[in-house]
Amino acid sequence: MTDTSGTAAPAPGASKLRWLVVAIPYLWLVVFFLVPFLIVLKISFSTYAIAQPPYEPVFDQLSTVWERAQQFTLDSYRYLTEDPIYLRSYLSSLRIAAISTVLLLLIGFPIAYGMARAPSNMRTTLLMLVILPFWTSFLIRVYAWIGILKPEGLLTVFLQWIGIFGPDQQVHLLNTDWAVFIGIVYSYLPFMILPLYATLEKLDDTLLEAAADLGARPFKSFWVITVPLSMPGVIAGSFLCFIPIVGEFVIPDLLGGSDTLMIGRQLWNEFNANRDWPTSSAVAVVLLLILVVPIMIFQNYGRRTAQ
Amino acid sequence: MRKGLSWFNVTSLTFGFVFLYLPILILVVFSFNRSRLVTVWAGFSTQWYGSLLNNQQMLDAAWVTLRVGVLSATIATVLGTLAAVTLVRYVRFPGRTLFSGMVFAPLVMPDVITGLSLLLLFVAMDVARGFWTITIAHTTFTMCYVAVVVQSRLITLDRSLEEAAMDLGATPLKTFFQVTLPLIMPAVVAGWMLAFTLSLDDLVLANFTTGVGATTLPIKIYSQVRLGVTPEINAVCTILIAIVSVGVIIASIGVKRREAQRIRDERLAATGG
Repeated sequence: MTDTSGTAAPAPGASKLRWLVVAIPYLWLVVFFLVPFLIVLKISFSTYAIAQPPYEPVFDQLSTVWERAQQFTLDSYRYLTEDPIYLRSYLSSLRIAAISTVLLLLIGFPIAYGMARAPSNMRTTLLMLVILPFWTSFLIRVYAWIGILKPEGLLTVFLQWIGIFGPDQQVHLLNTDWAVFIGIVYSYLPFMILPLYATLEKLDDTLLEAAADLGARPFKSFWVITVPLSMPGVIAGSFLCFIPIVGEFVIPDLLGGSDTLMIGRQLWNEFNANRDWPTSSAVAVVLLLILVVPIMIFQNYGRRTAQ
Repeated sequence: MRKGLSWFNVTSLTFGFVFLYLPILILVVFSFNRSRLVTVWAGFSTQWYGSLLNNQQMLDAAWVTLRVGVLSATIATVLGTLAAVTLVRYVRFPGRTLFSGMVFAPLVMPDVITGLSLLLLFVAMDVARGFWTITIAHTTFTMCYVAVVVQSRLITLDRSLEEAAMDLGATPLKTFFQVTLPLIMPAVVAGWMLAFTLSLDDLVLANFTTGVGATTLPIKIYSQVRLGVTPEINAVCTILIAIVSVGVIIASIGVKRREAQRIRDERLAATGG
């Protein structure tokens, strides 16, 4: 190994220290991130232990499952292909994530653009205002929408008050896909705005001036210069939103209807309600396989921007 | 970027921020509602906050959440800072690709997968699940956020200061604690804050890795929300929002001040004054 930590000669004990610096986080991630995945993989190839009494002490049940996990089988994966609910959930998750990402771009871009054009003393405050909801709880932000969207909720009250709705009319948005889209866009908006803003803010002013000097209309120079140059932010923001949305659980569970299929929710139910560990492991493995390409693109992107 | 706001910019900013803040504002306002109904305003009252104080389950959950948050954020900050130093300073070591992969992946990994896999690990290791397993789960996913935040600071760091310290005979350990760490401190503090709020916020990982007697606030809120919207939950949420907002604002002012101080110091050092 070569010493890249500077021009100074390595002091005695430096290499041991360096070894420790690398080893501690490395080992932690191997034990608590990599190994658990291998276990999921292993369990997904094992048999489901049915015929449990309604409820047993958790630990007995868990150890039984673990013993059964020793035999190798593809049953869980076969089960995933046999029950159409899984294929439909995967496709529906991808569809919801794709539509949400496009919506996030359409809504996030003008906001990020406005922030980048704001005077610099205002920009810090605006940035703070975007970051603040990002720090407040995801669950709370989703919960806030239930009170607004439910049939006797605030949206209905508001629409009745301004007279668009009659006193007996109600909005029926909660427990539909629409509510899921609203919840996702609301929760992920800061994740989209921040990378967009980061690229837009750095955009070279002189290019736009040159375009204007050459006679380009503002709208044209926006499409020809601003949009292409903001692509890194568009890509980063899109992946940052798309990947976790595919596996989203809280939003479809609280805002979606019983017919809102999303694979994160399926996995959760399989695990918590049906107690079918091999199948939920197989669901997780397949989900990971679907996401591995976008995750790798995102990682390459992250490494490149980091360097 | 050419400065100056067009009417379009102003409109999109206005709508954007109204969209971001209105739901939270409504939630906060209705936590002070006298009526049990969350949609009809019946006058100002703090009774729901009072009833929270008598809700022992909620208080227990808050205490568990707070302890998990502080502990996991602290461990995650140490591990994440080490990981950032590794990523920025040690360009070549065996398994670096795997390492950087493991640092970046949890940022986008759906939490249902991480939660499930950690639970299966704890079952395989046959450890009792509860406070410690939640703490480990939170440490694992938040340390990656800390690593990213600290890494971005380390990259822009002026290496000549460290080199000067080493040339003057400081050991690497001493150099790190007396030169590097103070310089990256704003990022380390921001990383801790981020880790803490992420831990405070997490439902899915906690629900997978929890055991008997370790109910965190999000788990508690989630189980209540499923039963319906109540002013008590609004009150809990308002308290959480207040804590986080005050914390973030204080931290950002602190970071800004320290940054300004650092720039002044560097300028002073450069001019020899």
